Amino acid sequence: MISSSNTISFHSQTDRLLLWGLRLLSLMAGGILLLVVAFLILESWPAFQDIGPARFFTDQDWYPTERLYLLTPMLWGTLWATLGSIVLAAPLGILSAIFCHYYAPPLLATWYRRLIELLAGIPSVVYGFWGLVVLVPVIGQLHPPGPSLLAGILVLFLMILPTIMLVAHASFAKVPLSYIHSAMALGLGRWAMIRNVLLPTARAGLFTGILLGIARALGETMAILMVCGNVVQTPSNLFDPIRTLTANIALEMAYALGDHRSALFVSGLLLMGMVVVFVVMAEGLQYRKLDDTAR
Amino acid sequence: MDDRQSSPGITQEPEGRPGFQQWLPYQSTQPCCEPVPHIQAEHLTIAYHGHPALEKVSFNVNRGCITALVGPSGCGKTSFLMCVNRLTDLIPACQVSGQLHIHDTNVLAPTTNVLHLRRTVGMIFQKPTVFPFTIRKNLELPLREHGTHDRTLLASAIEAALQQVGLWNEVKDRLDRPAQALSGGQQQRLCLARALVLSPDVLLLDEPCSALDPISSGIVEDLIVSFRGRYTVLIVTHNLPQARRIADHVVFFWSFNGVGRLVEYGSAQHIFESPREELTAAYISGLRG
Amino acid sequence: MTPQDSNLQERCGTLIAWGAAGSVTMAFLWLLGDLLWHGLSHISWTFLVSAPRNAGREGGIGPILVSTGLIVGICMAVAFPIGLGTAIFLAEYTRDDRPMGRLLRGSLDVLAGVPSIVFGLFGNALFCQALGLGFSIASGGLTLACMVLPILIRTTEEGFRAIPLDQRLSAAALGLSRQTTVWAILLPAAIPGLLVGSILGLGRAFAETAALIFTSGYVDRMPESLMDSGRALSVHIYDLAMNVAGGNPNAYATAVVLVGLLVLINLLASWIAERWTTANHLPA
Repeated sequence: MISSSNTISFHSQTDRLLLWGLRLLSLMAGGILLLVVAFLILESWPAFQDIGPARFFTDQDWYPTERLYLLTPMLWGTLWATLGSIVLAAPLGILSAIFCHYYAPPLLATWYRRLIELLAGIPSVVYGFWGLVVLVPVIGQLHPPGPSLLAGILVLFLMILPTIMLVAHASFAKVPLSYIHSAMALGLGRWAMIRNVLLPTARAGLFTGILLGIARALGETMAILMVCGNVVQTPSNLFDPIRTLTANIALEMAYALGDHRSALFVSGLLLMGMVVVFVVMAEGLQYRKLDDTAR
Repeated sequence: MDDRQSSPGITQEPEGRPGFQQWLPYQSTQPCCEPVPHIQAEHLTIAYHGHPALEKVSFNVNRGCITALVGPSGCGKTSFLMCVNRLTDLIPACQVSGQLHIHDTNVLAPTTNVLHLRRTVGMIFQKPTVFPFTIRKNLELPLREHGTHDRTLLASAIEAALQQVGLWNEVKDRLDRPAQALSGGQQQRLCLARALVLSPDVLLLDEPCSALDPISSGIVEDLIVSFRGRYTVLIVTHNLPQARRIADHVVFFWSFNGVGRLVEYGSAQHIFESPREELTAAYISGLRG
Repeated sequence: MTPQDSNLQERCGTLIAWGAAGSVTMAFLWLLGDLLWHGLSHISWTFLVSAPRNAGREGGIGPILVSTGLIVGICMAVAFPIGLGTAIFLAEYTRDDRPMGRLLRGSLDVLAGVPSIVFGLFGNALFCQALGLGFSIASGGLTLACMVLPILIRTTEEGFRAIPLDQRLSAAALGLSRQTTVWAILLPAAIPGLLVGSILGLGRAFAETAALIFTSGYVDRMPESLMDSGRALSVHIYDLAMNVAGGNPNAYATAVVLVGLLVLINLLASWIAERWTTANHLPA
């Protein structure tokens, strides 16, 4: 009734086949990153040869038709927008998570989290559209022209807030309940417990969320493209229009040829480099967090 | 601790009747099973990350007997069980050395067909581990895997196994309902049936009753007793009264600075009434462990 | 610290927490309310099925819905098998301490962080030019597949890892082979994870714009084959808002359709996942 070893060796053969199939698929998945990097380098190579890396930072201006390739104003635009949005989103995102865990009544907490999850899934183009038709006119009344660094910061802030809030929420959930109980047993108030026990314990998770938020802000394209005015200049105040590296690619890729196209790939490479640094830092934090809890 | 002189004494004795008599002094008063060695462990060492959890254990398990492994937590009882059907292969960084034979199969040899071995050695875990399928599919899956596809054969094997664990009358009308809807005790008996459906020789039970309520626990215990003579049963238990009720032989492990060693082995009566070792006496009377 | 001080501090803390949550909620309700207020009235059956006219100022989004469906369909058809295979490999066949698994996981983590515009550059260079697919639905779908893979893999892998070790041990104890264990026992148990992963990937694919602008293109006609250029919903919103004066009403309506679609997908996912768990884990 029960089979001989025949079937069993058959099984181990299909086992091996399955393993090789899985290896192949994994190789494809893992190979994509290599392909991305390879194509970025391949396409930006002409620019490095014809223009040279130094000129991206020393030319007078970004004027590809005149063969001027200064990237610094766009770099500043990206950095200021990211910095501004993170300064707003980090405290509010973390406070939101705290509210959800320790202040809101259960039903409200559930709905609040659902709202944030919904917002995490809203496409950036919708945020951009809303910014363009609602936020930009409001800012324009305050201080013309309207499309500006400030509009970009506000839209980005709304976009990365869900990321930070959800990561913070998850890391608060991992704080052992016994810590909280013992803090309460010592007679600490809720706020004191949060400040002295919760935040230090969940620190690594909070930083991870912030780093991921930075990575998302750096790479964001559509929303920024739609609300920032896209003037190539280093911003001197919040109401100046700016152009970011991402917006620059999206605007000019459609018609760029030759060295110009290649220069856009260089800015893509630069962008990817920055984002990867933050993602790797965030991952590193997560691993360290795991090590800490294992000890 | 002077365990080293006397504890692993089993295989130092010559094989066969005389030695056996010596470790089971009260055998004559309570005949339980034929004294034929079925599982033989020799200098078995199990290490995790290079740190031994169980060191140089040697003893024989007799065919058809119920042998209980007792001792405090972390003395390597479960590791020993998992070694018998090579589940230790699945544990990362676990190395096993020494000799282990089931009848004439060299369990630890790399050439041993592990799937075949595990078919003949059934195992039950502490928590009932039914698969998230119907009751029928839980029992069919191992049969199909080992080559039975005929529907009538499958049905009769399933009925036989369920009858054997006394579950048939309780579930015969709902074989196609999710197995996870059963109660804890029923789930554990289903797991037993799932192991029995492959008609194994050896059953490894890792604290099969500890996650159950007293009544279910009693039912499972009676089942195990009914296996005497049909299967060679190795059971890990923390419940000493239970070991005393059901076991023919008892193996007592103790953890010496984190390393498990065999302290004493003998018939249940011997271990519980006249243990040779002080440590055993202290443990069974509840003074240690 | 006197009791009064700590009391004051507690009150301030409560105020700050409620204030932060309140202002965030207000901002988001403003956004959603504005969308619904302006968009909902434009949506009708005709809007959903008819073709855009006058550069999208009039008419509907029929062909755009079809293109979006095709792009996302290609994306999932390619990403799903690769993602599932990789997730199984990572969860069941590698260990965290082996360089192979570490390398693979690390590269996927980095891939997850790559900005979508960079995927756009990559897709344009590889699929449109090197492979000669041009601006087409196929190029867009393949680019999106590369993009959603990391999230699909990670969630599916978590689904596999959430299965208790007991199940694997007892499968092995029954002498089941590795592949039977994976297909018959682990895969069914991991389906909620797989589902959630696919849904998240699907959502990301629907929402994507930057990676599509220069891979699948702008053409708003009804696509005739996968090699035609096709305009996705998100690209349509962008184009109407930025390049077409007077396109805002239809942009609003399209945005509501897109957001509604995403919400619907998410609800469906959580509904199925919930049903799955109740059917299997609760007493019937």
